[in-house]
Amino acid sequence: MRFFDPAAFVDYLFNHFLMGGVLVTIGLTLASVAGGLVLGMIIALMRMSQNLALYGFARTYIWFFRGTPLLIQLVVIYTGLPQLGIKLGVINSALIGLILHEASYLAEIIRSGFMSVPQGQREAAWALSVPRRTIFWRVTLPQAFRLMIPPFGNSVNSLLKATSLASVISVEEIMRRSDMLMQEHFQILEVYAAAAVYYLLLVSVWDLIQQRLESHFGRSLDRNAKSTPAKRR
Amino acid sequence: MTNDTHHGLGEKDQYAVRMEAVYKRYGDFTALTEIDLKVGKGERIVICGPSGSGKSTLIRCINHIEKHDEGLIFVNGIELQHNPKSIDRVRRETGMVFQNFNLFPHMTILENCVLAPMSAHRLSRKDAEDRARALLERVHIADQAQKFPAQLSGGQQQRVAIARALCMQPKVMLFDEPTSALDPEMVKEVLETMKSLVGDGMTMICVTHEMGFAREVADRVVFMDRGRIVEQAPPDQFFTAPQTERARYFLDQIIH
Repeated sequence: MRFFDPAAFVDYLFNHFLMGGVLVTIGLTLASVAGGLVLGMIIALMRMSQNLALYGFARTYIWFFRGTPLLIQLVVIYTGLPQLGIKLGVINSALIGLILHEASYLAEIIRSGFMSVPQGQREAAWALSVPRRTIFWRVTLPQAFRLMIPPFGNSVNSLLKATSLASVISVEEIMRRSDMLMQEHFQILEVYAAAAVYYLLLVSVWDLIQQRLESHFGRSLDRNAKSTPAKRR
Repeated sequence: MTNDTHHGLGEKDQYAVRMEAVYKRYGDFTALTEIDLKVGKGERIVICGPSGSGKSTLIRCINHIEKHDEGLIFVNGIELQHNPKSIDRVRRETGMVFQNFNLFPHMTILENCVLAPMSAHRLSRKDAEDRARALLERVHIADQAQKFPAQLSGGQQQRVAIARALCMQPKVMLFDEPTSALDPEMVKEVLETMKSLVGDGMTMICVTHEMGFAREVADRVVFMDRGRIVEQAPPDQFFTAPQTERARYFLDQIIH
């Protein structure tokens, strides 16, 4: 066993094959967050519904997808579904697994956001005869969204790293390509250190985005805000 | 305020609000017991009583923020039934001002005021803004229209809340302890704003501990205790010669 080779580490850091994997990781993360948000919103609404069937489905969904490892979910989707005649391909299998998984977490985050909006907000809107739909889109959702950002940011952070599990079903993202590079020269530490740097970099970029989101959606609560906001039409 | 909405049923009832044998229960606890209350059009009512006596529950039943369990409630002749259509019709007759203002914190003052007229009255943005600015002018806060609620004092916020409710041109205004969450120096500006509605002939039902306001503005004081209306009288009579032991005790406690 050799010592850590800094030159090899730097080489891997600028390795185009590995950078290609970074793009796949970014793509997987973005698509899973988008899909997870849509599905998570639907599940959250079902979970908050008065309808027992919808509520029961949502509870079961969340229980199952938060209760089983993502790794198992991915393997089952990738190897199990084809046996039922559903052939999805590697990327699609990974996306479906990641979205289903992420949605279960986001559903609870979304629900907690809605529950944190003070009841007085709804009462004021009711008293003003604001239609139900408008109350949802204009009163509760924007306020819930602000409260959701910190836990949502956490979840995206986890997801970004959890995409590495897709390597198990041979999606060529950062982790899979690191494995492949590692098998060439067995410079285990150097390759994975480079991969870790990429994850750190991506997470740091997301941190910045999250900060922007927080200050954007928190600006109306700033007592000392000087400027008035642009008119929204 | 212009009376530009027409309600066929509304014309027949001489009362703005009529409650008959209304009960409200929370599990085993009975919050309202056999409430009978008639409020004439243009009448100004102050509801007072010890905490937990059901004052807020009563006023919140009138626009179905709380659902009454028994009895009948009519607002301008419209019966308040437990279905969305009936609830909506009644809420269009009423405006409400809350103890904690309940302004929408993510919207500017102007946005707060135009949301309901644009969505419920289907007003154009321009018409809604014109209406809002006129009312904000009236509560002396027009220059703050582009600010967010958090940038305003409590008194200013409550005045905005009054303007926001008036933007829906209600026939009956419900005030649920509108000055209880305010610092003392801000109470007056809110009470002054409320008094200014009197000239419009607005029907007002106000839960408050401001006995000065009751004396000056109210046509009738309704005293509640333990979920019942115990006594009703014009303010002069109520404050100088309360008829019941409980009202006397209550007045002793609050007037120092």
